[in-house]
Amino acid sequence: MRKKTTVADYAVHFVLLLTALIMILPFYNVVIQSFATPAAIAKQPLYLIPTVVDFSSYSLVFKGHEVWDSLKVSLIVTLAGTLTNMLITVTGAYALTKKNVPGNKIFIFLVIFQMLFHGGIVPTYLAIKDYHMLDNILAMILPIAVNTYYLIIMMSYFRNVPEALEEAGRIDGANDIQILLRIILPISVPTLAAITLFYAVDRWNEWWNAMIYIQDPAKFPLQLFLRQMLSDVSQAMNSELAADFTSSANVFTNGVKMAMVIISAVPIMLVYPWLQRYFTAGVTLGAVKE
Amino acid sequence: MRLDCLTMKITEDVTGKGIIAVSLIKSGIAQVSPIRGEASNKKLRELKKHIWASRYLYLLLLPLLAYLIFFQYVPMYGLILSFKEFDYHSVTGSPWVGLEHFREIFGLPDFKRVFTNTLVIALGRLIFEFPVPILFALLINEVRKKRFRTFYQIVYTFPHFLSWVIISGIMINFLGDMGIFNMILDSLGLPKTNLLTDAGTFKGLLFGTSIWKEMGWGTIIYLATISGINPEMYEAAEIDGAGRFKKVTAITWPALKGTVLVLFILALGNVMGGAGFDQIFNMDNAAVRDSSDILDTYIYRATFLQGASFGFTTAVGLFKSLINCALLLIAHYSVKSRGHGGLF
Repeated sequence: MRKKTTVADYAVHFVLLLTALIMILPFYNVVIQSFATPAAIAKQPLYLIPTVVDFSSYSLVFKGHEVWDSLKVSLIVTLAGTLTNMLITVTGAYALTKKNVPGNKIFIFLVIFQMLFHGGIVPTYLAIKDYHMLDNILAMILPIAVNTYYLIIMMSYFRNVPEALEEAGRIDGANDIQILLRIILPISVPTLAAITLFYAVDRWNEWWNAMIYIQDPAKFPLQLFLRQMLSDVSQAMNSELAADFTSSANVFTNGVKMAMVIISAVPIMLVYPWLQRYFTAGVTLGAVKE
Repeated sequence: MRLDCLTMKITEDVTGKGIIAVSLIKSGIAQVSPIRGEASNKKLRELKKHIWASRYLYLLLLPLLAYLIFFQYVPMYGLILSFKEFDYHSVTGSPWVGLEHFREIFGLPDFKRVFTNTLVIALGRLIFEFPVPILFALLINEVRKKRFRTFYQIVYTFPHFLSWVIISGIMINFLGDMGIFNMILDSLGLPKTNLLTDAGTFKGLLFGTSIWKEMGWGTIIYLATISGINPEMYEAAEIDGAGRFKKVTAITWPALKGTVLVLFILALGNVMGGAGFDQIFNMDNAAVRDSSDILDTYIYRATFLQGASFGFTTAVGLFKSLINCALLLIAHYSVKSRGHGGLF
């Protein structure tokens, strides 16, 4: 039955569209600024409709080795980090769901307790220092090797896998690792994909551990480099480019910053269509009533 | 003897770093029976058999346990620094100073300000940020065409996946002196105002930008609840002559209420952790620090930028962790006592 469009419909759309506009405007502004020139902005201070498409901000960013260094670090951290995350999360979650393992309750307690109570910034820093991981890429991977929320989502998923599937494997003489690899994982692809994406986004967005544990600018991930650049462009660029910033009036400082924002956000924009498909699944996964 | 212990299940948070759903299970963590000759020998043999049978599962658990021990429980041991003066060599070897650091903390005007800020900002988030996703879930639910719904959801959720570093870059560009926001004010003949450096409105700015980033993500859990409502209820209401608004108040809202309540209690329990370090750390500046500094940003700056003693900042962290843990436990209990076994 088709219903007539009423005033209420228009009102709802009005509010939602206006909100959508507020959501898009700041982001749109970043995009057009990154392609603008100082001259274009000077001519039209309320720069809403782009008058030029200029790539010099981008070419300037990519001219220095800093951005390439941090791009490389971010890619390594994202790939190795996500791999580590998934490996530990999947194996741990699977083993934790086996209630008949002696000590299971203690293991679960260890997981839960560290959700409620933390060592905090300083003791964690001292531990990492004791492990000789300062200024090491591992410091951006291992201290965040498991996200407890994702671990628990994974556990609640494994709990709902029918026991009969595993029984079949056991009769064939497979051990627990073989059962996980050959029977459980192949049927869990959608869930694994969802959690992998969540982890990958988190690792790409990583800056906190880098800021605490990494001193060497060559090992800064992109987000930390961006952070530094937003506060001071010329300082972030250590190379000969820094001179460009201080001397040349043609360099559009804000444009360079905004180009860097876009570069840092592009990978997220690329995976977003997939995220969009999986994220609802991810959220509701944990919400399945047992 | 039976040791009662809490086990909890907590799902991915929809609004940020807190916790949304919990179920408490009172369970025996260990059962120890008095040793009685023959019977206990048999039990021991059985346990050994069980352990051997689980050897592959232990192997699978090993990486997780190693992570927990090295990166969670060793730092927890480091909390004893709160009662020591760090000698810059080892936590264990540092001399004890008793409650010295805590005495210092509670006498510090800085601490009072930072502690108040933490609570005010976190409670402000509950008042201003918490209701927004509910409202928008109800609004999006009123959109009839699926295509439009998807469009709104895509636009609203996208910022959730960007880091606060990126968002702060976007906001500084938007709200700064030369930003579009001020240019619009200017072109309307209104006085320019830099919200980023205005201490009086900075808390409001924190709430606003956080709504901008997380509101869409927050609607998902509510929309999922709404989609579970039986459509026949709406049809029945229509036959009874219920209007559109009546259907929202009589069917949709009652169905949402349980979820809202659980999430609210849990958000309340997360007040100490809910002030939002990532956002404040990336958006604040010296001009607004008096009104934006929270415990975590204070600990970071005192430790790494101002060279405060490690024992002192560890003590601040411990103080925060203890309150946080207590509030979370209270929240879990109240959710359970209301008959919600959690959302899963």
